[in-house]
Amino acid sequence: MTTPYQERQIPAPHLNEGDAPYFEAAAQGRLLVKCCNDCKQYHHYPRLLCPFCFSDKTEWKEAKGSGTVYSYSISRASGPVPYAIAYVTLDEGVSMMTNIVDCDLDTIRCGQKVTVTFKTAEGGVVIPMFKPA
Amino acid sequence: MSIKGKAYIAGIYEHPARKIENKSLARLHAEVAKGALDDAGLTARDVDAYFCSSDAPGLGGINMIDYLGLTVRHSDSTNTGGSSYLYHVAHAAETIAAGKCNVALITCAGFGRRGTVARDHGADVPEGPFETPYGPVTVNLYAMAAMRHMYQYGTTSEQLAWVKVAASHHAQHNPNALLKKVLTVEDVVNSPIIADPLHRMDCCVVTDSGGAVIVTKPEIAKSLKRPPVKLIGAGESPKGQMGGKVDLTYTGAVRSGPIAFDEAGVKPADIKYASIYDSFTITVVMTLEDLGFCRKGEGGKFVMDGNLISGVGRLPFNTDGGGMCNNHPGNRGGITKIIEAVRQLRGEAHPKVQVRNCDIALAHGTGGSLGTRHGSATLIMERE
Repeated sequence: MTTPYQERQIPAPHLNEGDAPYFEAAAQGRLLVKCCNDCKQYHHYPRLLCPFCFSDKTEWKEAKGSGTVYSYSISRASGPVPYAIAYVTLDEGVSMMTNIVDCDLDTIRCGQKVTVTFKTAEGGVVIPMFKPA
Repeated sequence: MSIKGKAYIAGIYEHPARKIENKSLARLHAEVAKGALDDAGLTARDVDAYFCSSDAPGLGGINMIDYLGLTVRHSDSTNTGGSSYLYHVAHAAETIAAGKCNVALITCAGFGRRGTVARDHGADVPEGPFETPYGPVTVNLYAMAAMRHMYQYGTTSEQLAWVKVAASHHAQHNPNALLKKVLTVEDVVNSPIIADPLHRMDCCVVTDSGGAVIVTKPEIAKSLKRPPVKLIGAGESPKGQMGGKVDLTYTGAVRSGPIAFDEAGVKPADIKYASIYDSFTITVVMTLEDLGFCRKGEGGKFVMDGNLISGVGRLPFNTDGGGMCNNHPGNRGGITKIIEAVRQLRGEAHPKVQVRNCDIALAHGTGGSLGTRHGSATLIMERE
């Protein structure tokens, strides 16, 4: 069985305070991750306060953009086209929710190496996604 | 202070309908409230505390308290999705133990068949922009937990299917169950994939229904005609994504379970019957591991070969047919978990599924998503 990737209408995200730099970087083809200057740990989704030590000294860092599939699922009945939701564990150590794109969705596996790519949502906001490395 | 022995479940009621047209949501809450009060032998005048979740119409409990004509001195509208009502029982017990109320009414009702609401908790949730573009819905989030469990522990679709099969064996004896057909492992794994690796039959039913529970203090419970069911332990704990250290292999039951077992002074081996929240088959497998009924990763093996079927296996579960086959009112299965555990402890389950010498039972609720954030609550009850 093959399930070719199809472009999907991506709902526009509602940005909260502090989120803009992440999406501005995505529009330039860069993936940012938040890191704490006090406890030195990365976290995701990004916060203004570090969820590990509650420091407010959090800073954006550019991620390498590579990681491995932690888990995934192909939604076959939740929209007009099938799509692959996933958690990808970045080389920086944190896992982020994402979509796996630009491949036969039936070939996705846990542990697979993936690399960041970008897709545009409704309203023009650019969203980081991943494709096989 | 402990709630052990400080509160009893004195009344239960499960609405018999599964498909409802032309009834208001408030009326449905009122019908289940009346049913539970009648079961207990109490009246609305006796109620001095009201508990509901966001399935009740209005602002917290205020609108329903007014509609029902209650005079209460305590109310609580804790919303942790389908697990809310197990939180409510625990909170009612705490309130009774503190002397702040005598008779607590908990209601749940909803029209699940009118459509499931997307997992959108409002524009202000902080994770929103980092999740909604990726199309998270209930089933694909639970599916990611299942996929990881399969990858890490070798769990199979056939093993997960046994959860549905066991529930269907129980549901055939429940005249109100939405699905009464006895299913096989093949039926489940041959049903269409909704979100890999979960099939349609790995999912719970969608129903219009409701239920209610009355929690009261020992003196009142013992004065009533129904067999007293004593709450001896309760634990609650939410689980999330842990700042990106995502681990989908366990649930909040790893914390709520031990809290409840410690308070009750019992062990998993002492539990004669368990109501386990069954939004999906994987929910049951992971919860059983986390509550200590088997080792982590061995839940798939544990549920095989009818081990959850009453009269057949080691741990009879969801003998009403559960959310898998019987009822999942308004997409919230917590209230029915409490209700069937009380039926078992009273000896009022269907004779074909009644557990012999059922003296200690557990009910566990999971609300929200195993794939992102969920509430988790465990109750342990004893027949007196």
